[in-house]
Amino acid sequence: MRELTKKIFCFALALISISCGEQAAKPVLINGAGATFPYPIYSKWFDEYHKLHPEIQINYASVGSGAGIRQMLVSTVDFGASDGPMTDEQLAQANVPILHFPTVLGADVATYNIPGVQQELNFTPEAIAGIFLGKITKWNDPLIARENPGIKLPDAGIVVIHRSDGSGTTYIWTDYLSKISSEWKEKIGKETSVNWPVGLGAKGNEGVSGLIKQTPNSIGYVELVYAIQNHLPYARVRNAAGAFVKADLATISTAAAETATSMPDDFRVSITNPPGQEAYPVASFTWLLIPGKITDAAKREAIKSFLRWMLTEGQKFAEDLAYGKLPPDVVEKEMEAISMIQ
Amino acid sequence: MNLRANWRKLINVVMLGLSGMCTLLAVSLLLFILGYLVWQGGTAINWAFFTELPKPVGEPGGGMANAIVGSAKLLLLAALIGIPVGLLGGIYLAEFGGRTWSFLLRYATDLLNGTPSIVIGLLAYGILVMPMRQFSTLAGGFALGVIMIPTALRTAEEFLQSVPRPLREAAMALGASRWKTIATVVVPAALPGIVTGMLLGLARIAGETAPLLFTAFSNRFWSPGWIQPTASLPVMIYTYAIAPYEDWHRQAWAAGLVLLALILIVNVGTRILLSRRTPWERL
Amino acid sequence: MAMSNKASERGIISQRAHFWFQRLHEGDAVAHLVTLIVASTVLVVTGLLVYELWIDSALSRQKFGWKFFFTSTWDPVFESFGAWPFIFGTLVTSALGLLLAVPVGLGAAIFLAEMAPPKVSSALAFVIDLLAAVPSVIYGLLGIFILVPWLRTSAEPFLNTHFGFLPLFQGPAYGVGFLAGGVILAIMILPYIISVSREVLLAVPPEQREAALAVGSTHWEATWEVVLPYARTGIFGSIFLALARALGETMAVTMVIGNTPQVSSSLFAPGYTIAAAIANEFTEATGNVHLAALMELGLVLFVVTFILNGLGRLLILATAQQGTARE
Repeated sequence: MRELTKKIFCFALALISISCGEQAAKPVLINGAGATFPYPIYSKWFDEYHKLHPEIQINYASVGSGAGIRQMLVSTVDFGASDGPMTDEQLAQANVPILHFPTVLGADVATYNIPGVQQELNFTPEAIAGIFLGKITKWNDPLIARENPGIKLPDAGIVVIHRSDGSGTTYIWTDYLSKISSEWKEKIGKETSVNWPVGLGAKGNEGVSGLIKQTPNSIGYVELVYAIQNHLPYARVRNAAGAFVKADLATISTAAAETATSMPDDFRVSITNPPGQEAYPVASFTWLLIPGKITDAAKREAIKSFLRWMLTEGQKFAEDLAYGKLPPDVVEKEMEAISMIQ
Repeated sequence: MNLRANWRKLINVVMLGLSGMCTLLAVSLLLFILGYLVWQGGTAINWAFFTELPKPVGEPGGGMANAIVGSAKLLLLAALIGIPVGLLGGIYLAEFGGRTWSFLLRYATDLLNGTPSIVIGLLAYGILVMPMRQFSTLAGGFALGVIMIPTALRTAEEFLQSVPRPLREAAMALGASRWKTIATVVVPAALPGIVTGMLLGLARIAGETAPLLFTAFSNRFWSPGWIQPTASLPVMIYTYAIAPYEDWHRQAWAAGLVLLALILIVNVGTRILLSRRTPWERL
Repeated sequence: MAMSNKASERGIISQRAHFWFQRLHEGDAVAHLVTLIVASTVLVVTGLLVYELWIDSALSRQKFGWKFFFTSTWDPVFESFGAWPFIFGTLVTSALGLLLAVPVGLGAAIFLAEMAPPKVSSALAFVIDLLAAVPSVIYGLLGIFILVPWLRTSAEPFLNTHFGFLPLFQGPAYGVGFLAGGVILAIMILPYIISVSREVLLAVPPEQREAALAVGSTHWEATWEVVLPYARTGIFGSIFLALARALGETMAVTMVIGNTPQVSSSLFAPGYTIAAAIANEFTEATGNVHLAALMELGLVLFVVTFILNGLGRLLILATAQQGTARE
């Protein structure tokens, strides 16, 4: 018995010392959490960067923008990520200044699973607002059918699927809805999680696309890449100029082009519902949230060098995953901002 | 009269038959679950599953090596908390406890046992994650350890109490103190049972997911040391199951099979061991 | 105990002192103290738990008071939180789970305790116990990929066409929702009901049923009219325990409930439970009030399961004592 205890004890000690040893050695471990919207590109980046710099390991958990902001505020992670910029009140809550770094451009698309309908539907802003407010309940509602001549829409109930977690994808979507529908703005507002009038909740962009795939006659909003990766059709949306536009790299970039020159110093900007004829109306930057003060020098340098890599080499990976590259002006401005991390 | 007797007999047969059907239903549920997991998981499992790290989102392939190690580390920590507390606490209840105090402790243990595991997760978040400003293996292991305590404690107590009185009396008669009697006679006699209880306790917490969501968190890489977030099998099953990727579903089934196989092996194995070793135990 | 009694009987103080010294010397007192301290950690942990939940939910308790339990808005934008949809969802799914699991579980327990030969009974009981060992997240996995599609394509349309006049079975068939949550809970608590009820039934003294059989009852009559009433309290106890488990069940329910805080008369509608809300929202609640509201949900869950478990244990204890008393 005593022998056994001794052995177990030694084993435990050995394990502890091994792991402590590992930690004292070189590796720089950085933990981040937040948006699921850019998760495909982030996981690619962190993987590639780890290959280039084996000693730097950036662990990113896609738990939603709300969680990214929250965990950033309580400092349980080294950096956060969000698709909705933090509000002034949130920034005021933080005990260190928090810097926003745009990483890529993405788009929310309205994706659906209607048996027998593989075509791209045309949605007017009114139709989208109506569906998500619970006022349009059937797929063959005239507000939808009018813009989609020739497509046989079923007389089936619309199943709205939204995020159950706090999410930047939701922020972009509700930001857009607030701009196009005064009723939405008054009743629901824009936030990373809102009080939904209708629908089913699912966790993460992953969860929403999963549930849409599983549920016939459903509609939901996800980041473009999730629709592409999962072969879900997504709608063309009528933009502010009156044209029906499909989300792709060009239309997303056009949406951002307008703001690129007038980017505020803290990078917190909304680009939904822009004026251009070719612009997709539900696009957004997505941000990394980096504390302005990092005491651990190794971590600080690792994060800074990653940011530099991300803004240059890293951007090459974006278009493969259907994210828009940052406009050059913005990249330049961010490069300067990196020095603000101390 | 005859009619009535026949009627009663009919009712007898029907109702007893129905109760048999209920049993059949319950047993076939288990067989179905097992069968389905073996079918889905078996076709999905491969060598990479055990040896590789997860791939970036949407790319097929990769494995859960880090989650398997993560789960093992979490269980080790939980065992370091659950086993000593369970054993010593069990000794107290079985050997030293006074009436009121033991009753209170037993009751508290049973209530802790019934507390939803997610609430225990809140506790671990409050007392470890927040002060350390870090999700960690430590916090996850602590949560699991706390969840394990009640099972470990009560089984240890039960098996200690089932050690026959004459065995103790013999030791005492030889002049051994109570503590000596406990340490050299009672505990060794009950050891197979206690080990079983501990293993069952570990098997139970091996599948716990909810408290890990905000304590151990998740990690795409290896998690060195004890104060980094870590991946674990149950949490991986959860995140992979709700995701849209076919390949992730495949891996979720594989992970489910591995997890369930481990748990069932422990359950069945300990039972076989136990039925051989301790004839006086009724289990 | 035996030895200390002997010592006090003699009443010789010096001997007593000597005895205590001996105990200390031999480590008895130390062992007593150490094990006592360790055992008390159970109380400490429970205490800490209550303390944490109470302190961290303060903001929400002060802001909403009792209203928290009766209002249905869950609005992180305007920081207005009411727990009623979560409480409702938890109650409905648990009730549904019990409704489905109790008859089946009781039937199986009767079969195992009253009919099956002891060897078969204990073997089957073991197999059923294994069902309880299957982790929640695996039930969730099966729920997502088997139960939900089956409910959506077969069960819910069937119920809708045949029982659609009831508000319970109206509305679109999503698959996910209260019904899915209830069914999965039923499967999960079934083994608990079976194994505890079986034990309670086995604890009924054999004379009871032998007497009934002797006066000409059929096997079923003896079970239904004598054994079951005798074991009634204990069986209620097992149901309480199962209910407590159902209320706190998290992962499997989270994966099939639909995660929508709403109150609905239809079982097909998506809902939310207390535990699922904590699992989904706890890491990401950005506002302090939101976080406190979630903590208060945890507190509610703890208090309710605490009470149910307490009652359940007492009932089972009562049956067990009744059994030994009349033997």
